Amino acid sequence: MDTQLLNIALADDDEDDRMLFSEAIDEIGIRTKLSLFKHGQELMDYLTLPNIVLPNLIFLDLNMPIKNGLQCLKEIRENPDLKDLCIAIYSTSSSEKDVEETFLNGANIYLNKPNNFVKLQASVERVLQLNWQYHTSNLNKDTFLFRI
Amino acid sequence: MTFFVKYDFDLACKTLLREHLDAFDVSYSLGSLGEVKIKGGLSEEQRNSLATSLKRYGIEILDGQKITLVERIKNAIDELLKDKDLKSIKVSTYLSDTLHYSYAHLSSVFSESTYTSIENYIILRKVDLAKELICNTDLTLTEIAFRLNYSSVAHLSGQFKKTTGLTPSSFQRIMSKKIKHTVNPKT
Repeated sequence: MDTQLLNIALADDDEDDRMLFSEAIDEIGIRTKLSLFKHGQELMDYLTLPNIVLPNLIFLDLNMPIKNGLQCLKEIRENPDLKDLCIAIYSTSSSEKDVEETFLNGANIYLNKPNNFVKLQASVERVLQLNWQYHTSNLNKDTFLFRI
Repeated sequence: MTFFVKYDFDLACKTLLREHLDAFDVSYSLGSLGEVKIKGGLSEEQRNSLATSLKRYGIEILDGQKITLVERIKNAIDELLKDKDLKSIKVSTYLSDTLHYSYAHLSSVFSESTYTSIENYIILRKVDLAKELICNTDLTLTEIAFRLNYSSVAHLSGQFKKTTGLTPSSFQRIMSKKIKHTVNPKT
């Protein structure tokens, strides 16, 4: 068994959502280390620090103050050091416009915030599994698009 | 000017390997499943220089213990999905015959180290191949379904939607827009 830790980051301005997410991820059978950020700017400041261990996967809320999820996504994809990071959008919005716009700007996964804890756990686990498969298998990262 | 290329992953890798191995003046043969046989072997120095030059292309020489059973299972699955003649063979029979372990053993080793089952991995891999064919070829969904051994287009579409959350046509639409978007982000 590979016991390598998966580094996960979540940027979400809602404190309850951050707490629920962190509880959900704790109870999944995949070993993770979660870093939490209150808004997009805080996340971007962290990602551009020198010599940090980059997360394997970033969950981005769309509606955040100071810097929203879409802006972060664009900045990450434009930065040569960060552009290969796997990004999951984590939003209450299920508008086709948001889904399409984030995919066009390089999101890999679009996850609608589920309305109960059990579903949240199942969805987060699914995202981690997919991300794991893309890290460890010969799957085509150019077509890494999932909506959950 | 911007243009697009289509490539055969397998052929590209094998050609690359050949070019690099030819430089060493040794007799070798390339097997399937990423296997390279070298008559007489390589010296430590040769091996290191080969490893360095291949690393640039994302090709890594695996050490004995690193070639885990899981990777061999994945390679065998790729081989099975690619080869039209193998379509009628049952996956479990194929894997246990090729890898010389019982399917029960393979299946438990696989699940233990990948967070998924062989069956689910095959579905993910098939959908991945379908995605590739949708993006890089002019094949219709019917042809793709046939090529990937689905019983019908409906079966392919259903599995595609269930796995990715997108229908094949919306995936295709997003990908073609994405290509335009990447070429010219302003529009």
